[in-house]
Amino acid sequence: MSTDTVSPSPHAEAEINKSLSNEDKIKFLRDMVRIRRFEQISLKAYQQGKMGGFLHLYIGQESVAVGSISVCGENDHIITAYRDHGHALASGMSMNECMAELFGKATGCSKGKGGSMHFFAPAKRYWGGHGIVGGQTPLGAGIAFALKYQDIKGCCLCYMGDGAVNQGAFHEALNLASLWDLPVIYIIENNGYSMGTSQKRSSAYPEAGLAARAEAYGMDWDVANGEHIYEVRAKTWEAVQRAHEQSRPTILELATYRYYGHSVADANAQKYRTKEEIEKYKNEHDPLNLWRNTLLDEGVITEDLAKEIQQEANEEADASIKFAEDSPFPEDSAMLQDVYWEVDNDTESGKTGRHFF
Amino acid sequence: MRKITYRKALNEALDEELAHDDMVVVIGEEVAEYNGAYKVTEGLWEKWGDKRLIDAPISEAGFIGMGIGASMLGMRPVMELMFFSFAYVAFDQMMNNASSVRYMSGGLINCPIVVRGPANGGTNVGATHSHTPENIFANMPGLKVVSPATAYDAKGLMKTAIRDNDPVFFMENTMLYGMEWEVPENSEIEGGELIIPLGKADIKREGTDISLIAHGRAVITALEAAKILESEHKINAEVVDLRSIRPLDEETILNSVKKTNRSVYIEENKPFCGVGAQISSMIMEKAFDYLDAPVLRITSVDSPAFYSPPVEKRQLPYPEMIVEKALTIC
Ligand SMILES: Cc1ncc(C[n+]2csc(CCOP(=O)(O)OP(=O)(O)O)c2C)c(N)n1
Ligand SMILES: [Mg+2]
Repeated sequence: MSTDTVSPSPHAEAEINKSLSNEDKIKFLRDMVRIRRFEQISLKAYQQGKMGGFLHLYIGQESVAVGSISVCGENDHIITAYRDHGHALASGMSMNECMAELFGKATGCSKGKGGSMHFFAPAKRYWGGHGIVGGQTPLGAGIAFALKYQDIKGCCLCYMGDGAVNQGAFHEALNLASLWDLPVIYIIENNGYSMGTSQKRSSAYPEAGLAARAEAYGMDWDVANGEHIYEVRAKTWEAVQRAHEQSRPTILELATYRYYGHSVADANAQKYRTKEEIEKYKNEHDPLNLWRNTLLDEGVITEDLAKEIQQEANEEADASIKFAEDSPFPEDSAMLQDVYWEVDNDTESGKTGRHFF
Repeated sequence: MRKITYRKALNEALDEELAHDDMVVVIGEEVAEYNGAYKVTEGLWEKWGDKRLIDAPISEAGFIGMGIGASMLGMRPVMELMFFSFAYVAFDQMMNNASSVRYMSGGLINCPIVVRGPANGGTNVGATHSHTPENIFANMPGLKVVSPATAYDAKGLMKTAIRDNDPVFFMENTMLYGMEWEVPENSEIEGGELIIPLGKADIKREGTDISLIAHGRAVITALEAAKILESEHKINAEVVDLRSIRPLDEETILNSVKKTNRSVYIEENKPFCGVGAQISSMIMEKAFDYLDAPVLRITSVDSPAFYSPPVEKRQLPYPEMIVEKALTIC
């Protein structure tokens, strides 16, 4: 465990943070530790050939998902890209259903159909898990539209990477969100790179940052450090209030860092960034260490409790591996299920005409 | 003869065409400094520099459209889609602009662009990353669609595609990138380079009893099935590889069917209006009197790509599936 001293975050005094109980604060630590452990264990399983496809690890960025989702209420919704394990767990999905999905098992959150990039849990207001860069950004606006239309006081947190800001669909969504006053919050998790391409090499006008693109649409925006739970919560809460009270969208750009390569298959992970850069983040900006030390400083936890939390996360992750291993693969008959609602529900429409060829 | 990978064959074709014509540029996500997500462009940036190898932001509609525009003014852009699935982000540019600018301008403009990238399922990357849109693009007059199955074809067809004066969508396969085939050195070829015309199918295996017709990786699956048919059932299958889907070599297909009187079309595409639907209709129209059995088709299962590795394996055609189908008409 690192021994960095944390200077108290000025955001600790924000209203949304002052009202936190010790249990709340401990839960954030527990959630971040759980996400990290889940991913460390899934990486091992991936390397043992237990799963296929891609595995995009969120390790290093945990404070963003945990901090921002922690301010959400019962009418606030989440949607994200393919680096989605952290948001899924922070939304309350279980390690079991997530690990089983990675293993391609029928007990997975998407019944083994989606895989790592396509986790879903609408009952937890978690709308995925989207593999196409930027593809979720109009959907986020759509969820906000549906909330507003139904007079529900809620919003949609739509997460995206720094590379996704250059998709046309995102810009169209921004215009719609502002034009139609949609309660959507675009959270750009700026980890500095889209695969092997630095922000400077992919986005024009780097001096302005990425969130400032909101200016073009008359939309509010903010930039913050994503490594600290207090700061993430304070900034997200401002945006959530704007969405709830004024039905206005926001772009919130949070600086963060991914420790691993773009995906586990990223052969160049060590090439486009220096070892020193990666080490610096791990040693000085690790969101888990920062929060753990904050809680130690505040006297909210003891070293023993911190160890216990880690131990529990380890056990939960191990159990999820066992659950995934023991679960059955989907039957072949599942291939043609979940394609059409009408067919699955055996309606008249579903029985009329041939649906499959 | 030397053997090289499909990946290396494409790499050589790009390298040779960059040398052959200075209007050729290679543009796409991670194609330059990163050497390509699938390493198809490995070493090219180092050799040709920033002007010829260009890393694009994640803006497919923008950069594919830009390539189309540049091709209107005499350039020969080779645009990489990291996955052909991402073509859907650029669909309007590809379907409306690339296909029709020539027609709508009454032939005043042409569009010598190549859009290339892997278009395949089978790698457990889920529905968003596993599209096989060869039938969709081949449906559009003005576009050409190529889908090589071997390193030899990949190299020869890529060089032709780049020199072609129309838009060519070149669909590769990540499962083939690492496979090796014989590809001659240029010094061993008459004329000094490997050029394969579009619109020429290739008989990958001669046979007399049934025609297994396919494109892309399904050709490899068909070849494996042919071996089983021979060794276990004494059936001598011919394997016809389209190589280019549009333009289409109808003659080679028809000649094969007229010889064998039976055919199965195999593809990793979906069944509805798939490439095989076009081919079987054509065979029925033009070789009806030669047929001893209905033309059959094998495709991937008619659902989005399933992530779960063991299930996805059975979603795509596999050799035993072909054998079983072939036996129903032999
Ligand atoms: C439309 C589209 N183009 C390209 C890709 C391939 N791709 C997946 S992730 C990625 C980089 C995205 O970077 P960023 O938005 O910064 O997110 P991060 O990976 O850093 O979380 C690319 C190019 C894709 N999935 N979808
Ligand atoms: Mg990024």
